[in-house]
Amino acid sequence: MAKYRVLIVEDSPTMRQLLVFALRRLRDVEIVEAQDGMDGLRKISSDHYDIALIDINMPVMDGLKLIRLIRDEETLKQIPIVVVTTEGADEDRDRALALGANEYLTKPIQANRVLSVVKGLLKDNG
Amino acid sequence: MSSNDPKFVARAEELLGIFRKGAEFSRELLRENERLRGELAAVHDRQETAARSPETWDKLRKELLTRIQSLEEECTTVRERLDQVERENNQFAQRYIEIEEENNNLANLYVASYQLHSTLDPDEVLKSIVEIAINLIGAEVFGVYLLNEETGELRAVACEGADLETFPRIQLGQGLLGKAVAAHEATCWDAPQQKGDLSQPVVCVPLAVHDRPVGAIVVHGLLAQKSGFTPLDHELFNMLGRHAATAIFAARLYSQSARKLNTIQGFIDLLTK
Repeated sequence: MAKYRVLIVEDSPTMRQLLVFALRRLRDVEIVEAQDGMDGLRKISSDHYDIALIDINMPVMDGLKLIRLIRDEETLKQIPIVVVTTEGADEDRDRALALGANEYLTKPIQANRVLSVVKGLLKDNG
Repeated sequence: MSSNDPKFVARAEELLGIFRKGAEFSRELLRENERLRGELAAVHDRQETAARSPETWDKLRKELLTRIQSLEEECTTVRERLDQVERENNQFAQRYIEIEEENNNLANLYVASYQLHSTLDPDEVLKSIVEIAINLIGAEVFGVYLLNEETGELRAVACEGADLETFPRIQLGQGLLGKAVAAHEATCWDAPQQKGDLSQPVVCVPLAVHDRPVGAIVVHGLLAQKSGFTPLDHELFNMLGRHAATAIFAARLYSQSARKLNTIQGFIDLLTK
């Protein structure tokens, strides 16, 4: 059984594959993918995850709404959230962090940066 | 908690164990102390004996000087070895960083290539190109052009950051972009004053199959957090120039042959009715 379960919520298959590649370097990790905010909400509500990586601009339900819903839910509010997005403006970052995201990464991503951020958050959460 | 309580007894045993260990440790320290006192006394005796006899003192002095020199040589050797190990460590650390970056680059190229060749649907191929441009290169305003071989005109068929109709038509071999496409190599320009100015490209990536132009990706603006192009970006341009072209070409051929097959099948069905 995997030590950590990671949820990736991202509508781009290219981006999902890249994140999976990066995160596979973590030992004992199980990675689950969701293709939009609604799919992400379904998955995070029905199973335990140690961390979630969430894109902002997605169809059906965007990432900011998903983060708000996660933080409003008592059983989910402690899950660390890393935003991975094309939105690079400071106000976008501030908005996501104010809603409860733990870290904010902009695309194009560096795999080692993603890994370092995820490792740090998993370690902080024990 | 009474003295008969098992928990109390266990805790008492634990404490007694700690005290016994402490006592044993103290006895060991005392023995060591005794031994060192003995050694020190022996050294004092030797010194006093040597002080009474000049020859013995001289011999002792020479022994000590030899010992000091030997220790200094050993110290120098160890320091040199330490410096060497530190240099090697730094080299390994630097090499590790280089390999990590190479690994990252390869992963990006693999994913991009995989996505391009994972479908024979022309629309899906175009969608993959758009995703690669946004997520891997960091382009914000760009158009994907396809060439009409009969007219030699390149027209945008997919885009991001602006309406499709606003992207200019390009004549192969003419103008800044037409010549860049005909050159078969990615061309970069300085970022325009106004991001998204469709008259000023930032990069043009010609798409070609065996030097036969298929189209082009023309970027007019980058994401705010993207300050310039990295070596990986240039690798991606090269990769896209070949693989995106091949993917588009193959998807078109497949689509055409599928349509022809349907037509022939329909004809055969008519004849055999």
